Amino acid sequence: MTVSEATFDFILHLGDSCLILGQRLSALCGHGPSLEEDIATTNVALDLVGQAQNWLAYAGALEGKGRDPDSLAYFRDAHQFRNLVLVEQPNGHFGDTMARQFYFDVWHYLLLAQLIESSDQAVADIAGKSIKEVRYHVERSCDWVVRLGDGTSESHEKMQAALERQWEYVGELFEAGPGHALLVEAGVAPELSALQEAWSRHVGEVIADATLAMPDKPQSRSGIASGQHSEHLSYLLAEMQGLRRAHPNAEW
Amino acid sequence: MISVVDLGIIRDIAWDGDELTVVITPTYSGCPAIQVIEESISDAVRDLGVENFRLETRLSPAWTTDWLSERGRERLRDYGIAPPACRAEQVIDISRIMRRREKTITCPHCGSSATEPVSQFGSTPCKALYRCQACLEPFDYFKEH
Repeated sequence: MTVSEATFDFILHLGDSCLILGQRLSALCGHGPSLEEDIATTNVALDLVGQAQNWLAYAGALEGKGRDPDSLAYFRDAHQFRNLVLVEQPNGHFGDTMARQFYFDVWHYLLLAQLIESSDQAVADIAGKSIKEVRYHVERSCDWVVRLGDGTSESHEKMQAALERQWEYVGELFEAGPGHALLVEAGVAPELSALQEAWSRHVGEVIADATLAMPDKPQSRSGIASGQHSEHLSYLLAEMQGLRRAHPNAEW
Repeated sequence: MISVVDLGIIRDIAWDGDELTVVITPTYSGCPAIQVIEESISDAVRDLGVENFRLETRLSPAWTTDWLSERGRERLRDYGIAPPACRAEQVIDISRIMRRREKTITCPHCGSSATEPVSQFGSTPCKALYRCQACLEPFDYFKEH
């Protein structure tokens, strides 16, 4: 594997994670718990889909086979997606949505903060653009974990259960795919396992602020090494890709 | 109305022979207005009688509200949108993200500084929703970015 191929894989990992989470959040448009949160959720989705577009454009350019962001998004099947299993999990109730977002946002921010120093200029540029947006995502999801955790006894219980449920998928945030060592060596990307300490510290602080307890159970599900996803991804893709595949050359 | 120049979206304009290049940068990655903005810029260039031109998108350095001109800030205020209250920092320590609420946002309607945030996201990603405790009017705050 060359550095360019490894970069392609890693960019897909990032781009697909933004895209799939953006798609998940888009489904809440018009269904948010309040008007403000409906709008906020949709805005976060918009940021993530925009970032996915930047990442996938670069991935396509690296690959050099003429695939643009749309062909990568609409014409790959589940086993070809490299997104985190965490982000394809269903929205559940608002606490579930926020627990998923919280774990992801903190990781996303810490990773981007490293990637702006990437030796690959395009990676550094996209990261530099994205991190300014993700700061507001972090602020909002951390805020909600505290509000729900330190809210009523019912919201506290639901938030705790949501944190436990999504916890199963966080181990994968710190696992590297095949070829990642090449990127670390070339200064393109950081060692992902090195993000874990800062992630746990920040997540722990917010959880403590929220009067919640840090989940204490094994983090079992991972797709990075195996290329496997949960059953949810295919359904999500069917909805996201259906129209485009039925009318491949349609324009509006 | 605020112009794309006052907003800091136009980064460079240069002639290369008889071709004009207009360099633009998107505000947010997913800004839904970017296409309309590009079309409007093209129309404006054509109105000046220039037919041979191209628009180039540049991501870096990333757009920042520090590029908003004084006139742009004034226009936002006239429109009922509070302009950014401080300079943007590109990267801050994650533990500071939750503790940077000290900034004072002034109500664009009555000028009071007794305001409170309602949501970090308003009608577009670049704005947050605030409420004035003095005149009780809600308003958009153009987030420092």
